[in-house]
Parts: sequence; C-alpha cells; structure tokens
Amino acid sequence: MEIQSPAQASYWIVSGQSLFLVMHVLGLTCFAYIMYRRVVPLLRAQPDFRFDQPWIRLRRVAKYWLGQWRHPRYKGAGLLHILIFIGFIVLAGRAFSLLMIGASSGFAMPGFSGTLGHFYDIVRDYAATVVFICMIVAAVRRIVFKPARYAVPARLGRQRGQDAIFLLALIAILMLADSLFEGSKAAVQTQQGQASEFLAVFSLPWICEQALASFSLPLLSKLGLGAYFIHNLTFYFLLCYRPFGIQFHVETSLFSVYFAKLEREVLKPVRWGVHDEQLDQLKSIGVKTFEDFTWKHMLDFYSCADCGRCSDQCPSNAAGRPLSPRFLTTKARDYAFQHYPVFGKANNSSPLIGAIYSEDEIWSCTTCGACEQECPLLIEYIDKIVDLRRGLIDSGNVPQSLQKPLKALESRGNPYGKMEKKRSAWTKINGFQQSCPIKLLDGKQGADALYFVDSITSYDDRIQAIGHATARILTSVGESFGILGPAEKDSGHEVRRFGEEILFCALRAHNVEAIKASGVQRIVTSDPHAYNALKHDYKDIPPVEHISQLLARALNEGTLKLNHAETSDKVYTYHDPCYLGRHNQVYDDPRDVLDAIPGLKRVEMKRSRDRSFCCGGGGLMLFYEPKEEQRMGVLRVKMAAEAGANVIVTACPFCMVNIEDAIKVAGMEAKMAAIDLTELVDQHIVRQAPGGMEAQRELTEV
Amino acid sequence: MEILVCVRRVPDTSENEIELNSAGNDIERDELVYSINEWDNYAVEEALQIVSRVGGKVTVVTVGDDEDEEILRRQMAMGATHGVLLSDHLFAGSDGRGIAAILKAFIQKGNYELILTGVQAEDGAAQVGGMLAAMLDYPFASLVNSIEILDGKTLRITREIEGGNKELNEIDLPCVLSIQTGINEPRYVGMRGIRQVASVPIPTFGAPDLGVNPEIVGPLAAKIRRVDYFLPAAGRGAEMLYGKPEEIADKVVELVRTKGGLS
Repeated sequence: MEIQSPAQASYWIVSGQSLFLVMHVLGLTCFAYIMYRRVVPLLRAQPDFRFDQPWIRLRRVAKYWLGQWRHPRYKGAGLLHILIFIGFIVLAGRAFSLLMIGASSGFAMPGFSGTLGHFYDIVRDYAATVVFICMIVAAVRRIVFKPARYAVPARLGRQRGQDAIFLLALIAILMLADSLFEGSKAAVQTQQGQASEFLAVFSLPWICEQALASFSLPLLSKLGLGAYFIHNLTFYFLLCYRPFGIQFHVETSLFSVYFAKLEREVLKPVRWGVHDEQLDQLKSIGVKTFEDFTWKHMLDFYSCADCGRCSDQCPSNAAGRPLSPRFLTTKARDYAFQHYPVFGKANNSSPLIGAIYSEDEIWSCTTCGACEQECPLLIEYIDKIVDLRRGLIDSGNVPQSLQKPLKALESRGNPYGKMEKKRSAWTKINGFQQSCPIKLLDGKQGADALYFVDSITSYDDRIQAIGHATARILTSVGESFGILGPAEKDSGHEVRRFGEEILFCALRAHNVEAIKASGVQRIVTSDPHAYNALKHDYKDIPPVEHISQLLARALNEGTLKLNHAETSDKVYTYHDPCYLGRHNQVYDDPRDVLDAIPGLKRVEMKRSRDRSFCCGGGGLMLFYEPKEEQRMGVLRVKMAAEAGANVIVTACPFCMVNIEDAIKVAGMEAKMAAIDLTELVDQHIVRQAPGGMEAQRELTEV
Repeated sequence: MEILVCVRRVPDTSENEIELNSAGNDIERDELVYSINEWDNYAVEEALQIVSRVGGKVTVVTVGDDEDEEILRRQMAMGATHGVLLSDHLFAGSDGRGIAAILKAFIQKGNYELILTGVQAEDGAAQVGGMLAAMLDYPFASLVNSIEILDGKTLRITREIEGGNKELNEIDLPCVLSIQTGINEPRYVGMRGIRQVASVPIPTFGAPDLGVNPEIVGPLAAKIRRVDYFLPAAGRGAEMLYGKPEEIADKVVELVRTKGGLS
C-alpha cells in the first residue's frame, strides 16, 4: 500500500481533489478580495512619484530586501529574521508544489525532477527545520526575554506579544505539517521496503520519519493526509490573516523597498506635480486627514513589521517626548484598517490630529533621521512628520513658542527678531576685525568662497565664537572668502522642516539671489543645517562644503598644520551632528581632522556615526518647549562620560548650544566640556605668517 | 453674531531695537518692522472662536493709511470675514478720543452686536475702548479674559483683576469689551494664508463716507499732545543675593512673598 496522494484520497465523503480545489479557489478569492480592499485607500491617496530609476531601485531591492542589509544592525533579532527570510524564500517553491499536488497528484515543478530536484528537496528540508527552530527561539524571546523595545505603553493599548506568538505558532504549524506529511510518506515507503525519498539527516521531516517509523500503515496514511490538510488550511489562513497586522510586510515589503525614497536628504515636495508658485492656489496643504498621505506613505504603514528599532533609536522616545516613530506608523495602520475595513463601507476621513496623533507628538521630532537609518524596510518618517506639520501650519495650529520666531523669520530673516543690519556685527565684536578682517560681499568686494554664516552664528553670543574660529581658520589656510552680512537671511532649514514651506521658499529665493550676486565659486559653512539646506534644498548655487570637509582637504594638501595637543589629561569624543553625519554621511572628515592633532586622545561613544544620538535639535527646535522627561542633550552628555571622554567635540552650532546646556543641567561642568571642531582647530593651528614663517600663536582661546 | 474687532498696527517690540530719535519726541522709525498689536490679535482670535461656536461674521477695522492694510490682510488670513480701512488725511494726528469718534461713526453705519478692542496698544494709552463705549452709549468691560454667550442678549465674561484674581460678570449686548492677552491661544498665520487674501479688496472709508465732523478729529482737535519721549533714569542698582543656591532660592522666595507675589 502506498500512501495516497491527497488529490486521490477522500476526506470523509469528498474527494481530496475537489476539497483542495475548493480550498484553493476560496483561499485565493478571499486573499484577492482583502488585497483589493487594502488597495482602496492607496487609490484615494495623494500622488507620489516613485517610478523612476528602475535599475537603482532593483539594486536596492537586492541589497535591502533580498540581502536583508540592515538586519544585522540588531544581531539577535536580525540573524533570526535573516534565517526565517531565507527559509521562506527557499520554501516558496515547496509551498507551491505542495499546494498543487492537492489538485493534481502528479504535479512536479518543471525542471525539478532530476538532480536539481533532489538537491532542492534537501535544502528545503533544512529550510523548514531552520524556520521551525527560529519560531521556537523567537517565541522564547517574546515570552521569556521580552526585549524592551516590543513593549507598548499603556496609553497606546494592549501589548502585541500575543499577536506575535500566534503568528509564530501558525508558521511553526505550517513547517511541522509539511514535515509530518513528508515524514509519514517516507515512513510508509520504508516500511514497504520501497526506495524511500531521501530526507535530509536531522531535518524536521527526517525526525518525523524516525518518530513515525513504527506506526501502522493506515495510521501513517491518515496522519499524512491529515497533515497535508492542516498544511493547506494553515497556509490559506495565514495568507488571508497577514493583511490584518504586522505580518502584512511579507507581501508589502518588496514594494516598500522598491518604491523607497532614493534621495533621502531631499524633502518631499508639498504635493507632487504642484510647483512652489502654485501652492497658494491649493485648497489645503500638508497632511490633515489620512487621505492626505501619499500612497507610498500608506504602503509604509502596511509594511511596518513593528520591530521597534526606529523607536529604540529615536532620541525623542528616549527623552520621554510623546513621539515614538513606531507608533506613528502603527496608529496610522490601525486607523486605516478601521476606516477602510475589509467588510463594510469605507468611512470618510476625519482629522488625524486629535484622533490618533497629538500636536506635541508631531512637533517633538528633531528630524535627526535615526529611525530612517535603522528601518530594515526603509520606511520614511521625516517626510510624514513634515507633511503633518505642513497641515498644522496650514490650519494655524502652531505652538505659541514657535509663532514668534516664525514671524521674526518672515519680517527680519532670523528667528530672534534681530535687526538685519546687525547680522554682520559679530565680525566687529571685541576688535575682531583688526586681527581678522572679513570681507563683506556687497558687490564692491569679491571673493572665491562665501562663508554662509546663518542666523545662530551671526546673532548668538556664544556661537559667534564659532564664526570667529571659522573665519580665522579660513584666513589661515589662505582661503579668499567673504560673507553676505545683512544680505544673508536664515537658510530656512528648520523653517522647511517645521512645515512652513512658503516662508522657506521666500527665504531661499532671497538667499539664492544674494549668493548669485556675490559672484563666488564655492560656499563653505560651519553649520550642518545650513550645509544641508544649501546642498539639498537650494538649487542653482555654487557647490557647498562644510568646514570639516574643507579642513580635511587642507590637511591632505598640506595647507593646514596642527600643533601638538596642549594637555594630556583631556579625552575627546566626537559627536556626529545629525545633518552632517546621518543626512550627509560626513563621518570621517571631522575625525581625520581631530586625529591630525598630534597627541590628541580620542574615544568613540557607543552611539556614533550613523547611530549618533541627537543633541536635542536645531533651528526652531531651540524655541520649541517640548513635553519631555529629560533632555536629549543630558542623555548624550552621559553617553560621552560613559565612553570615558571629558570633552565633547561637535561640528554644529546647535549641538554646541544643546550640549553646553545639558552639561549644566546634568551638573557635570567639572568633568565635561564641549568645544566646536573649528574652535579646537583654531587653538591648534600652525599659523603661517605672510612671509611663510611660522608665526607665534597669539590668539586667545575661545 | 456680528462682531467688530478694532485693531492697530504697531512697531513689533520683540523684533525691533527701539531707539529715540534725535529730536527726542518720537522713536526712530526708519528700520522698524510692524505687526498687529498683540492684544488685538487675541481679540480677533476670540471673535473667530465665538463665530465658530455660534455663527456670524467677524469684521476687522483699523484707522490708518495704506500701510495698515497689511495687518487687516493678516487678520483676514486668520479667518476674519471682512477688513475695513478708515483712512483720511484728516484723521492723522488724532488722539484717542479722535480715534474713538472715527470708530463710532463707522460702527453706527453697521449692525455690530459685539465690539472688541485690545486692552491697550503697545504704543498706546488704553483709552479707545472705554471712550468708544461711552460715545456709543454701550456697556463696557475691560481686561476681559473669557467670554461665554448666554443667549442672544447677554454675555457672561470674566475680567482679570489685580493679583491674578478673576471676576465674573454678565453684560448686555450690544457692548464693547477690551480683551486681555492670554484669553486664548491665537492661531498661526502662515505666508500662504496672507497671499491667498492678497487681492481681496479692502473697502476704505474717509471722513465724508463716515460723516465724521472734521473738527473733532486730527491734531487740532486732539486734547492730548505728546511732549516728550525719554528713558527712565536707571535705578540705584540691583540687590545681589549671595550664598549657596538653596539659600539664594530661599531669599528669593522670601522677597517675592514680602512683595505680595506669593500668597
């Protein structure tokens, strides 16, 4: 007696073939219908242009989806996921042929009959085993170890652990049923002395075969057919269950990664296909209702696997602000499922703020990009936050603390409301112009390079020192440079990221004109926010460099030489500013400059480079009064202390403000200091006298 | 409800460095930036919130010249239905009473049930609201920091009184109220909103349109004249507190308590 093929067997009174055919049709119809309902909101969404550069997109699919590139950033969970993912890819073919034999007993995958087929069988036996083990390990993690990042705060509803366990169990059942079917078939063949199919040693099917070896033939037959039935049932249940939760990423992740944003630093336009000049004519801008999101952003909501890595890295979440990127997504997904149900009418849209999001939540983001850097599925957060802010701005819901600086930016071109003519006053403070005269590029004088100073360095008493240091360095390395002075306005970097697009456009138009009129060939800035704005938000202006890049270049070219570090008891650590590091991948230049100071001791913080931890945010974020348990800067200063450093080197004026404040708040003035890269270089620079002789350093420390 | 809010354009104190001119009789106005008087902004927001609850229209009006249109547009971008400019060369140089007389003439041409002003203007004397009410023979309440519409005829309002206490009043419509800051959180007006109302015509009325008697407005009719602007002489210096942070904190608390700042 041979084990019956499921198609030829009869289940109670129906033939297997009919039963499984009905199951296929029913399962696939259900799935198709659910998918159709899931696509409905995407069809009502805003446009999003993601159809260019197919080859680059496919390469990214190969790297981030197929290659699981970002998963190893979390070693345990990442490895587990990679194994499960590979298992699923391997088992896709197996699942297909297994389902097919229910309808047609002789089915064999084309091309898989010979050696290749045998090889595949062995691989997929192990794949099923690995996936099965992974399910157990994952369940143990969830039940016993409970990683903190999976926890759901009470205000956001129930824990999702049970959902995860249920999903793991379903997959485990699928693997087990497949293996039981295989194992019982092999056991029958062995008992009958036939050449049994070779089962990979120590694989799950092999273990099943060993365990079932002594079972009677009729029992084995029943067991095999039962396992097959359960396999198919579980398969279709899973298929139709996936679009109801985090498991949906199995279907959607491929598309999310393919359509992911290519230029991450460039903010999404207010609306695709609408020019800046036409924005005034739109009835509403920004995201106010769910349908104001783009279809890709909705797809992101579907794709989120709720792995919690974004929030684990998010500084706002760490500081106890009411923002957690993970829940930004899952709340939107829940909203979508609720308002676009599988059965029943789609509800029309209501405002999201007040329903699922709070205003504080949306203003809490520093746009540092830590979440986007981490997400294995390349889900975008900054564009969504900015779009939500655009909506808040458009409906006038702006915290009072931000209204004054925004109004001042409109009337004075800086958030402090200071006079335009005072913008270059920093160049004359304490007789600075005598030791280091700075050209004002007002049409009468010209220069090769423009030092774009931006508002904080122009007006903030403490930060003006960064301007002084930068100017001295530029002079030392022989740069022909000047500033725009009163003709410069705020770069508008945060104006745009706080959602005031129209004001940003006005600031940009003014600056572009002033920069062009200055006739410079290059731009340099000591402010990563200005750097990011000029580099990515502005168009048709000369190339821009951050001072750290210029310094690294000057070191290589030999125009910059640095003296030995003054004291040996200082241990430095470099804090990557978000808009220099993560957003522009300038990680090495500042470190190279630091390491070029002989005798300087430098340590790395655990969170550095693309995992750098935001200091608290720049630009308008300095004016915002967040609801938080502690300052991000305090957390950051503690990280530096933990790394054994006593001096934090930054390369951003806002980092300087936040970190210096944090040192005071944390009461760590005695054991921690902060210094800007330019200030440190300025202290150590070997100045060339006009004749080429090494001149005595005479400048005071800043 | 038909609400009229009287507004005024003033130099923005947070965005200017106010300096006296060389003659010493005014401030240096060359590089000033202007905005709506802060109290008036709260009054417009309050009017908009009332209208969103009970329906109606909000009109903003100012006495000034073409440059003052800017603040009317800003308030229209905020949500005001109409903006009206009362402008005539005869109006220039009016004192508070003159301004109140111009506003009175305009109000009598319309059908406003509630008239709001700011408590004071940043460069003003906090007098127009009260005088306007008297001229109209309307009831008046000052320093209002909440408004509740009871029925079509009565309002329940709270007023801020010394020491941070509040007083609850009922007042009959039509009436004039001067609005205190903090009554609400005024909404943000973005550049987009301002551009969207940039070409909405703003009706302008002069003395003949309003039937204002030229003899009661302008510098000749003004009974208050500004004689001088000056910076107060600096005091004898601050009192320095010394000691440990805790001791200093205790002294500060004690000082504030003795001056009546804490109860």
